[in-house]
Amino acid sequence: MTGKPGRGAPLRLGFAVRLALRESRHGLRRVGIYMASITLGVAALVSIHSFRDDFARSVQEEADVLMGANARLSGDQPFGEEVRGVLDSLRTAGVPVARLTTVSSMVLAPATQTVRLLQVRAIDEGYPYYGAVTTEPAGRWGAHLEQGSVLVDPAVLTQLGVSVGDSLVIGRVRVLIAGTVDDLPTDVAFQTAIGPRVHVSHETMATAELVGFGSLGRYEAYLRLPVEEDRRALRERYDDVFGTARVGYRLAEEQARSLSNGVRFLGRFLALVGLAALLLGGVGVASAIHVYIRERRPSIAVLRCLGAGQQTAFLVYLIQAALLGLLGASSGAILGVVLQEIMPIVLAGVLPVEVSTQLSISSVLAGLGIGVWSAVVFALIPLLQVRDIPPLAALRSDFEARTSRWDPMRLGAYALLGGSVLALCIIEAPDPELGVGFAVALTLAAGAIAAVGVGVTRLTRRYFPSRASYPVRQGVSNLFRPQNQTVSVTLALGFGAFVIGTIVQIEGSLRDDLTVSFGSGQPNLLRFDIQTDQLAGIEELLGPDSEADPSPLVTSRIASINGRTTEELRAIEDREQRPESWAIRREYRNTYRAHLGRAEELVSGRWWDGTRGSEDGTEIDAGDLPRVSLEKDVAGSLRVGLGDTITWDVSGIEIPSVVTSLRRVDWGQLEPNFFAILEPGVLDDAPQNIVLVARIPDAIERARVQRALVGSFPNVSALDFSRVQEAIESVLSRVRQAVAFLGGFSALAGIIVLLGALATSRAQRLREGALLKTLGATRRQVLTVLFSEYLALGSIATASGLLLAVVAAAIVVPAVFEIDYSLRFGPILAIWVVVVSLTVVTGLMGSRDLLRRPPLPVLRDAPE
Amino acid sequence: MTSERIMMIVAEGLEKSYTSGGRPLPVLKSLDLEVEAESFVSIVGPSGSGKTTLLGLLAGLDEPTRGRVVLDGSDISAMSEDGRAEFRAQNVGFVFQTFHLFPTLTAIENVLVPIELRGEAATARESAERLLTRVGLEGRLDHYPAQLSGGEQQRVALARAFANRPLILFADEPTGNLDQETGGSIVEMLEELNREARTTLVLVTHDLGLAERADRVIALADGRVASDRPGASRSRPPTTVGA
Repeated sequence: MTGKPGRGAPLRLGFAVRLALRESRHGLRRVGIYMASITLGVAALVSIHSFRDDFARSVQEEADVLMGANARLSGDQPFGEEVRGVLDSLRTAGVPVARLTTVSSMVLAPATQTVRLLQVRAIDEGYPYYGAVTTEPAGRWGAHLEQGSVLVDPAVLTQLGVSVGDSLVIGRVRVLIAGTVDDLPTDVAFQTAIGPRVHVSHETMATAELVGFGSLGRYEAYLRLPVEEDRRALRERYDDVFGTARVGYRLAEEQARSLSNGVRFLGRFLALVGLAALLLGGVGVASAIHVYIRERRPSIAVLRCLGAGQQTAFLVYLIQAALLGLLGASSGAILGVVLQEIMPIVLAGVLPVEVSTQLSISSVLAGLGIGVWSAVVFALIPLLQVRDIPPLAALRSDFEARTSRWDPMRLGAYALLGGSVLALCIIEAPDPELGVGFAVALTLAAGAIAAVGVGVTRLTRRYFPSRASYPVRQGVSNLFRPQNQTVSVTLALGFGAFVIGTIVQIEGSLRDDLTVSFGSGQPNLLRFDIQTDQLAGIEELLGPDSEADPSPLVTSRIASINGRTTEELRAIEDREQRPESWAIRREYRNTYRAHLGRAEELVSGRWWDGTRGSEDGTEIDAGDLPRVSLEKDVAGSLRVGLGDTITWDVSGIEIPSVVTSLRRVDWGQLEPNFFAILEPGVLDDAPQNIVLVARIPDAIERARVQRALVGSFPNVSALDFSRVQEAIESVLSRVRQAVAFLGGFSALAGIIVLLGALATSRAQRLREGALLKTLGATRRQVLTVLFSEYLALGSIATASGLLLAVVAAAIVVPAVFEIDYSLRFGPILAIWVVVVSLTVVTGLMGSRDLLRRPPLPVLRDAPE
Repeated sequence: MTSERIMMIVAEGLEKSYTSGGRPLPVLKSLDLEVEAESFVSIVGPSGSGKTTLLGLLAGLDEPTRGRVVLDGSDISAMSEDGRAEFRAQNVGFVFQTFHLFPTLTAIENVLVPIELRGEAATARESAERLLTRVGLEGRLDHYPAQLSGGEQQRVALARAFANRPLILFADEPTGNLDQETGGSIVEMLEELNREARTTLVLVTHDLGLAERADRVIALADGRVASDRPGASRSRPPTTVGA
C-alpha cells in the first residue's frame, strides 16, 4: 500500500492523453470558436497551395498545347539564309515545320467603313500540332489557307462591326471572312485584348504586300519534335547559328515555366496574405487559451493535489491545444478544398490556361501541419501558466505563485514562436529575403497596431468626457474590465482593417496613375510605320489641335564600342567589364531630335544646347564625331559612360558617336521613348520611318480620323490607347479581387476573435448585466452600455489598422510602384463603417442572453 | 488501535510566514505535532488561526518557512515539488469544502483521475465503479458534476479521495457547503470509509460538533496549538451509511 516516492513525479503520458481527451469533450466547447480562426487561415493556405499545384500542373500538362508545338524559333526580322537552311534540313529529315509571320496592319471593313489596327498573322499548314482549334462555324480551321479567305478573332467582328461572310481589305487584297477562331489553345489570356488577329496564309500576306523594309513584325517557326533529346540536341548544334542570327530558340516546357512564373508569384503573395490570417488566428488562440487556463485553475490545482506533476498537468492542456488546432485545421483543410474550386474563377482573367482542379494531398497535409503547429506555438506561452498553478490554490483560491519574468521556458516559448513565424514566412514567400521582410513587416505591423490600440485605449480612458451619460461611460470602461481582451481583439480586427485598407490605398493610387497616363491631356493615339514623305499629309489630317508629336525611328545595331567589335566585347572575361549580351545584340530603334522629351530628365553630361545634367554637368568634347545621349540603365548594361564611343550599324553604314549625356526615362509615360538619341543632322538621311503620338479626345472624331488615314495611307498603323487602358484596368481589378478576397479572411478572423472574446467573458458579462438590472438599469440602458462598448472597441481597432494602412501605403506606393501616393478618404471611411458595424452587430448578437435573462437566476448560478 | 504507536504524521518546529505589504506575516509559529497511524484528528480554530495553512503544509501543498514534515517516515520537506506530487499520488487523499470536482469530467472519470495517476489504468474502471457504488451513486456514474446535487458531488469527491487507497486523507471543511442533514451523512460515510481503509484522517473544520467526532481535537490560536484533547463523542456507536 505504501508507495515510496521517487525523485520526482513521473511524466504520465497515457494519463495526460486520456484526461485531455475527456476534458476536451466538454471544456473546449467555448474555446472552440477560436478554432474557427485557425480554420480560416488553414482554408486560405490550403486553397492557395492547391491552386498553385493545379496551376503548375495545368500549365506543364498543356505545355505543348500552349505552344502548339514542341519548340519555336523566333525573331523580329525575317529569318536569314543560315536559319532557313537549318529549317530546310529539318524538313528534309521529316520534322514538321510551320512558319508564322505576324505584322500589325490597319484593316478596313468596306461594309461599315471602319478601320482598326489588327494583327495579321500568316500561318502554315499543320499548325498547331497540338490542341484543337474551335471555330465558328465549326470545323473551319484551315479555311485561312484557302485563297481569298481568312479567319478572324471574334473581337475583330465587334471592332469592325462586320459578320462572317463580309469582306475585309488588308493591304492590297480583299478577302472574305470564312469564320471566327473562338479558341486557339496557344493563346494566353488578354493577349487578344490588345491585338485581335486576322489569320491568313503566307500567300495572302505576300499578295497584300504587308511585309516591307522596316516593317514591325514577328517571324516564327514551330517545330514538332516530340522527343526531348531531339529538341535539346538541336539547341546544342545550332546555338551559334541562332545566336548570330539573333533568333531565339525556345522549348515548350520553358515557355510554360515562364508563363506560370507570374502567376506563381501572385500565388505566393496570396499565400502570405493567407498566412497573415492564420497568424491572426494564432493570436486568437493564445488569448483563448489564456482565459481557458484561468478558468481551469481550480481543476489544475486539484490535479496537482492529487499528485500530478507540473509536466503532466502541462501536458494535459498542451494536448488539448493541439487537439483544438487539429480540429480547426481539419475543418480548414476541408473548407480550403472547397475554396480551391473558387480560386480559378476569382483569378480567371489573369490566368493563361484553364486550370483544372485536383485534390492536392501535399497541400492539405501542409495546411494541417501548419495549422496544428501554429495553434500549439501560440498556445504555448499562455499554457506555461499551468506550471505556475500551485496545488495550494485548491485550498486558497487567491493564492498566487511566484513566477519569474525571465523563466527560461517562457523565453524559449517566445523564441519558438518567433522562429516559427519567421520560418513560415520564408516557406511561403517567393524568396527568403521577401519572407524575412514579410515576417519583420508583420511583426512591426502587429506591434504597431497593438501599440496604437493600447495608446488610443489609454487616451480614451483618460480623456473620455466625464459628462457623458452613465451607460456610455460604463460601456467604454468595460474595455478595461479585469482579464479584458481588448488588445487581442484590437489586434485581430485592426489587422484585418490594415490589410484591406492598404490594398485599397495602393490600388487607388495605381488607378490614379493609370488615369494620369491615359487620361486627359495625355496622348491617346499612337501611329507608327509612317514614311518620311507621308508625315506632312498625316499631320494635316490630324489637325492642328491634335498636338501631334512625331519621332523618326532609325533601326540600328551596335557595331563596336570604343573600337572593340561586338564579338570582342562578348569575349571579355571579367563580368564587370563585359557588356550584357542583350544590350549589344539587340536591335535599337534610335531617334534624333533637338529637345528632351516630356518623360526624360538629364542626369549627367550636357544636352546639345548645353543644358546640364543634375549629377554631373561635365561637358564632353566630341571633336568631329556626332553626339549621342543614352538612357542611363542601358549605358550601365553596355558598360559605357560619358566620353565613350559607340559605333552604330545603320543599314550597313557605320556611324560613330560619342556619349555626351545620360538620361533618366519614365517608361511608364505613353511617349515614344528611346535608349539612344543622336543629335540632329546625323541620321536625317538614313532609312527611317516615323512614329507619332497625338491626342484626339473625342472617340467619334478619333474613329473618323482613323478611317480617313487608312484610306490615304494604308501602310500606317494606329493604336488606340483607350483599349490598352481597358485591358490593364481589367487585369488590375482581377488582382485586387483576389487580394481583397484573402484580405477578407483577415477581417473575418478578427470577427471570430471578437466572438471568442465574447464567449470566454460571457459569464462575467452576464453577471455584470444582472447586477446592473438588479440595481435598476432598464434593458435600454443595458443596451446602451453594450452598444457603447462595441462601438468604442470597433473604432479603436479600425482606427489603429487604418492609420497604419495609410502609413504603409504612403511608403509602399512611391517605393515599390514609383508613383505618387494620394490619401483616399472615401474608402477609409467605408472600411471604418463596415468593420465597426460588424463589430457592433456581432457584439450585440453575442450578448442577447444578457438582455433576455432575468437577473436573479444569473446571480444565483454564476459563481464568483 | 495497534499496541505499538506508529506515527503517520510528524511536524517539527513548523513555521510559515507570508509576505504582506512588504513585511513578513507569521501564520504558524513553531508548531510541533504528531499524528498516529489510522487515527482521526480534527483541527479547529477561528478564522486566521492557521488551520488551512497547517493542512497545506502537512499535505505538502506548500513549503514551510522553517521546520519539517515527515509523512510515513518520508521527509516531504526535503522533496522537490514534483517529488511531493508523486508522494501525494501514491499516499494522500483530499476532500475539499467546494468539492473541486473536474466540471468537465463525469462522476466516474473524476474518480478515475487519482487511480490513473498511479498508473493503474487496467483495473481502474472497476475500482472506481465499486467506490461509487459504495457511496450510493451506482446510478449516476456518467453524470457530470453540474447534474449532481451538492451532497452527491461531495460523495463523488469522497470516492475520489479513497480511490488511490491513501494512507492519509486530508479533509478541508468537507461539510461547509452542505446543509446539516446532508453534511451528517457525508461525515458518517467519511468515518466508515476511513475505518474500512484504515486511513489516517486529518479534518479541518469550523463545525465543533463535527470536530468532536474525532479521536483527537487540536485547537489552533494565533499560529500555535492552543489545546490538544480527545474528541468528546468518540463513545458514540457507529451509524450505517444512509441510503
